[in-house]
Amino acid sequence: MALHRGRGFACVNYPIGMNLGGDPSQALVHSTPDGKFMVTLSSIDLGQGMKSVTRQIAAETLGVPVSDVYVDTADSDTGPHCMGSFASRGTHRVGNAVIRAATEARTQMLQAAAEELEVDAADLETDGEGGIRVRGAPQRTISVADVAVAAQFKQGRTLSGRGIFLVPPSEVDPETGEMSPVTCFAHAAMAVEVEVDDETGMVRVIEINSAYEVGRALNPKLVEQQLVGGAWMGLSHALYETTEPYYPDRDHLPVDFNTYLMPGPGDVAPHNIAVLERPAEDAPFGGKGPGEMCANPVLPAVANAVFDAVGVRCDDLPITPEKILRGLRANGS
Amino acid sequence: MAKTPIAFSLNGMERSMFVDPGQNLLDALRRGVGDLSPKYGCAQGTCGTCSVLVDGKLQLACITLAEAVAGSSVTTTAGLADGSELHPLQRSFMDNFAAQCGYCTPGMLMAAKALLDRNPSPQRQDVVEAISGNLCRCTGYEPIIDAILKAAAFMRTRGRP
Repeated sequence: MALHRGRGFACVNYPIGMNLGGDPSQALVHSTPDGKFMVTLSSIDLGQGMKSVTRQIAAETLGVPVSDVYVDTADSDTGPHCMGSFASRGTHRVGNAVIRAATEARTQMLQAAAEELEVDAADLETDGEGGIRVRGAPQRTISVADVAVAAQFKQGRTLSGRGIFLVPPSEVDPETGEMSPVTCFAHAAMAVEVEVDDETGMVRVIEINSAYEVGRALNPKLVEQQLVGGAWMGLSHALYETTEPYYPDRDHLPVDFNTYLMPGPGDVAPHNIAVLERPAEDAPFGGKGPGEMCANPVLPAVANAVFDAVGVRCDDLPITPEKILRGLRANGS
Repeated sequence: MAKTPIAFSLNGMERSMFVDPGQNLLDALRRGVGDLSPKYGCAQGTCGTCSVLVDGKLQLACITLAEAVAGSSVTTTAGLADGSELHPLQRSFMDNFAAQCGYCTPGMLMAAKALLDRNPSPQRQDVVEAISGNLCRCTGYEPIIDAILKAAAFMRTRGRP
């Protein structure tokens, strides 16, 4: 019996969004009578941080504090259309739609402010703290709240905007099969170190080191957190989780959390991440978003690390102790 | 079947209610009292998100009979904050990004509270063991462990229980 160390490497180029149907997402922005802004979406935040990121994007575009922006998501009855939270498209597609909607709302806000201040809207700027001032004459100001009141109770106009992001359709070339499925790519590289017990077949992950290029990290803590959590999911997929352990045989399928295995807090490996920022031109403030690729490279990297450690090549997941022991036996050890 | 009257303390407030035979505490809290802070997860005692303190002891509300808490003191996540001031654990979870989708968070907070109540100076391994009955699908556990350790350090310097 011995413990074998192994190191595996994998990299990924991950497409942001997809081509099907133009991959559209929409956003609506409107001000409340007290000068706060509501962003209405039907996109889903399932923990990845969509609400935080779209809130930041809307605030930055409108020129108002983040605390004055609210995001209402996840109801396809009341929100404008969104293709969904998949294909690593949220930050990019929804973020772009929010920028367009917030830009229109900002234009209306500045027009309403111009009417109140009796100046040209082109001479106005926001201070990012809830105020609007005349460029070059900072003493001439009006608060966003007062503009909202004036617009809605005196001028009879809304401060609102509509936004949609639609990818130009790309047809498949019938001769070559060539098409442009996506608009930009995110990238990652990962090295995983494992220790494999050749008597029990158990794999222990020692350390994960990764580098991710996600465009601009719009919210660096959220990016880091999504990468850490996503790697955990990848690890779980690589080593633990399955609904059909003997597929296509249905025997021994897990029926609850006692038999559906996932790594617990004691199975977590240290994960060191380097986030590289190369803003994408067509992305909202350059942010492509981490998305699904935070889980993807873990699987091949773990499989490679196991091969490096004990010479067993597992080509179906999860890499269970049983598969490793069978592989060891097949190798004659 | 006859309902049973029970009285217990919930987050310091006296509560009286009728419960059905076999009704679990989670259901009694959520539907009976309207305290939605303990979450309904697996309903079989394996995910931990329904965790509450009963007389200071960590228990899974989904597999605790409501009748069994008669005369007891029950604490849920809704009782952690002091008015508008969050409990240091809640503050630390926020500051350290220990919640993503948030569904496991109430159970994590109660497991952490139970740990810090009995051990104000936990080691990392103590924290890992304390939350080992709670499943999280988003965070990878690391930020939760960090948040609990940082809250413990903060509470030791501030002297708050």
